Amino acid sequence: MHSLNYHKASNASEAARLLSGTEDGKFLAGGQTLIPAMKTRLAAPSDLVDVSGAADLRGITVSGRDVTIGAATTHAEVAASGELRNVCPSICEMAANIGDPAVRHRGTIGGSIANNDPAADYPAAMLALGATIKTASREMAADDFFVGLFETALEDDELITSIGFTAPEAGAYAKFPNPASRYAMCGVFVARGDGGVRVGVTGAGADGAFRAGEFEAALGGEFSAEALNGISVNAEEMLSDIHGDGVYRANLVSVMARRAVAAAS
Amino acid sequence: MSTVSMTVNGKAVSADVEDRTLLVDYIREHLRLTGTHVGCDTSQCGTCVVHVEGKAVKSCTMLAAAAEGAEVTTIEGVANGDLHPMQRAFNDNHGLQCGFCTPGMIMSGIDMVNRYKAEGRTLDEAAIRHELEGNICRCTGYHNIVKSIAQAASEM
Repeated sequence: MHSLNYHKASNASEAARLLSGTEDGKFLAGGQTLIPAMKTRLAAPSDLVDVSGAADLRGITVSGRDVTIGAATTHAEVAASGELRNVCPSICEMAANIGDPAVRHRGTIGGSIANNDPAADYPAAMLALGATIKTASREMAADDFFVGLFETALEDDELITSIGFTAPEAGAYAKFPNPASRYAMCGVFVARGDGGVRVGVTGAGADGAFRAGEFEAALGGEFSAEALNGISVNAEEMLSDIHGDGVYRANLVSVMARRAVAAAS
Repeated sequence: MSTVSMTVNGKAVSADVEDRTLLVDYIREHLRLTGTHVGCDTSQCGTCVVHVEGKAVKSCTMLAAAAEGAEVTTIEGVANGDLHPMQRAFNDNHGLQCGFCTPGMIMSGIDMVNRYKAEGRTLDEAAIRHELEGNICRCTGYHNIVKSIAQAASEM
């Protein structure tokens, strides 16, 4: 890892101020992706501004069915929140299966979606839940936020402050983990709410997480695994690598979608 | 360079380190507490697991500076005169062969038992195996590690 200057921010505005004074600084949340990337020198920021202890970026609030999760809230906190589980158990279950217990104690929801790893779990959930991603200056719909592989609509110096969504009536996430890395080879989050059915897919798309429109239309008519018979995503738009080609991944999307619908029904 | 201070195994410690220093290097190189191991250095293997504010973390994937002011417990700090029930259980069940992964296994084991007890959940065999996702052992095949943690869970 290259030399760097470390700064600790106690709140979001201090974090923004600290970053603005750096040459090529980055925000550090849980560091479960950024630190490994720095070790391999895929990332070499001059400065790190640690937001993991920023009080105004932490915590979960549930008001009726409206959920707000602070960006620096850890996966373990999302998984263990009884209040959140009461209205949206699917996101708790999803968070409980990210990485491993030690990673979940450090890794954060804001860090995960800002990184937008094509095999990360949270982007699928954000798309399916129709989440709003908030920063100090604006709000973005998840549909506009995830741009491509490791790319988001965030500006370089823009910090996610919280994520908001309305808990769906029913939802579930089904994941086929890579047997070695345990990252999603394919993960499908299905949510049925007032606005219809939304299906978010991670791990499979060549351009990162995406919504499966045809699946959504079919499930909007009848919310059952059988409704997905004969429908599939385009294999040519799927990732193809040593772990599985596009045809394999397209099939996984169908299988995981059926499992998620069955679990949510 | 910055002065980083924290409490490790109940004792106040302080060291001048580069900002890029990992918590595991702070513990091993500066405090000379070498029970915490570095296996993969890529957050996979779990030999570096310590507790920060009572929670298991991979100390190879956290900066020492981020633990400023924190309470840290390493494998050297779990015994209190007698062996910790988790250590004794690994001894009773031969939950190790070469022993390299054992400090991390014990720190993760204690963490999972504490969490399950606090949440009132049952830590059965399937749960132990799932919880050991981030700890790799290349000798034992895990059976005796799982037995050890199950025994300790009934005693802690």
